Amino acid sequence: MNKAHDIAVTVNGAVHEAAVEPRLLLADFLRHTLGLTGTHVGCEHGVCGACTVLVDGDSARSCLMLAVQADGKRVETVESLGRIGQMNALQESFHKHHALQCGFCTPGMLMTATDLLKKYPLATDDDIRQGLSGNLCRCTGYEHIVRAIRAVVGK
Amino acid sequence: MKPPAFDYVAATSVDMAVAALAAAGSEAKIIAGGQSLMPMLNFRLIRPSVLVDINGIAALAYIEEAASGICVGALTRHYQLETSAVIGRHFPVLSCAMTHVAHLAIRNRGTIGGSLSHADPAAELPMLALLLDASLHIASASGTRTIAARDFFLDALTVDLASADILTAIVLPKLPPRTGWGFEEVARRHGDFALAAVAATLTVADDAISHARIALTGVGPTPLRAAEAEALLPGHPLDASLVGRAIEAARTAIAPETDLHASSDYRRHLAGVLTGRALAAAWRRAQTSAA
Repeated sequence: MNKAHDIAVTVNGAVHEAAVEPRLLLADFLRHTLGLTGTHVGCEHGVCGACTVLVDGDSARSCLMLAVQADGKRVETVESLGRIGQMNALQESFHKHHALQCGFCTPGMLMTATDLLKKYPLATDDDIRQGLSGNLCRCTGYEHIVRAIRAVVGK
Repeated sequence: MKPPAFDYVAATSVDMAVAALAAAGSEAKIIAGGQSLMPMLNFRLIRPSVLVDINGIAALAYIEEAASGICVGALTRHYQLETSAVIGRHFPVLSCAMTHVAHLAIRNRGTIGGSLSHADPAAELPMLALLLDASLHIASASGTRTIAARDFFLDALTVDLASADILTAIVLPKLPPRTGWGFEEVARRHGDFALAAVAATLTVADDAISHARIALTGVGPTPLRAAEAEALLPGHPLDASLVGRAIEAARTAIAPETDLHASSDYRRHLAGVLTGRALAAAWRRAQTSAA
């Protein structure tokens, strides 16, 4: 094992200190070290988008980032959005519009949409589809996901 | 699907990064945004002994206007370039091209220095560096040097960088007044690498083209300038016959590969069609741009 590095990462508002091997992926740090299994790992090479989290407020693939690189950063995972019985507006909209079936892609969809809604006007459904083009869903055909996001644009 | 073991150095200055690279020899790799390097590590296509992380070198992330042009630090993220007001004012063709680069989560992390150094044969940014006659600033333990974009891209995924070199900045010379632009890309899915893409600028004087630039990507091992097509244009207004001849010259100058995503013939066809569209858009915009 190569020399471990001490890191301190703020995840969903709480500071976590750990000694991590340099090759540990941020996704695996979140899931295995911290037990935050809301972040899903699909392809592990940056194609499927399931592992998307926010790093200092910007969406990022947690399979394309090392845990050691998150030292001193603020990370938000899907667990930060809401709780059972107390979902945020975007999650409520996904529920209302049936924007998930198996749910595997949903954490990545929600974190991607959170960043898209902050950065782009999303004036048309095409804009939403382009914004989601890096997140794969094999169930819904995307239509209901687009509707769910459309319903919260500007709110 | 997990990276092999490596040591990790978080550099906080270019000097520190250069020293770490020189000490590690050819086994070291720079990690910037990591959006191409991390998949290669996860697949174990590369096994560096040391990763030198340059994300902590804040001095490499900037977009500045200078007399010689616009200087962009190598650690500037794609999203910053896409949304920069300075870039939008001087190089709208670049702002447009950046919206085609991958997806927001990739653009948030990916850096311009990383994209140029990685030099994927279908990436947008190397083509734009070529189109805009960028010069690239490179630092190493033995000093600094500057190289023109046209001399930088040597082959697929191969650029004129030694293992201990760091690309630190690019300089984009300002475009002349009355310059219009066009950017056209075909990809299977928005954000995917281009099957083919074309970017063009036309500078207009006295109702005729005075200067033309056409760059293509996805149609060879490196991005390229369609020099023969460019040479046809000055001295004439853009009309259908001239566009047709420029398309033919661009098609003749390339020898695209057939791969999983598209045949050679289809790529050549796309390159021609997109050249025509990019020139038409550039001509139209040049008519309305300020003198």
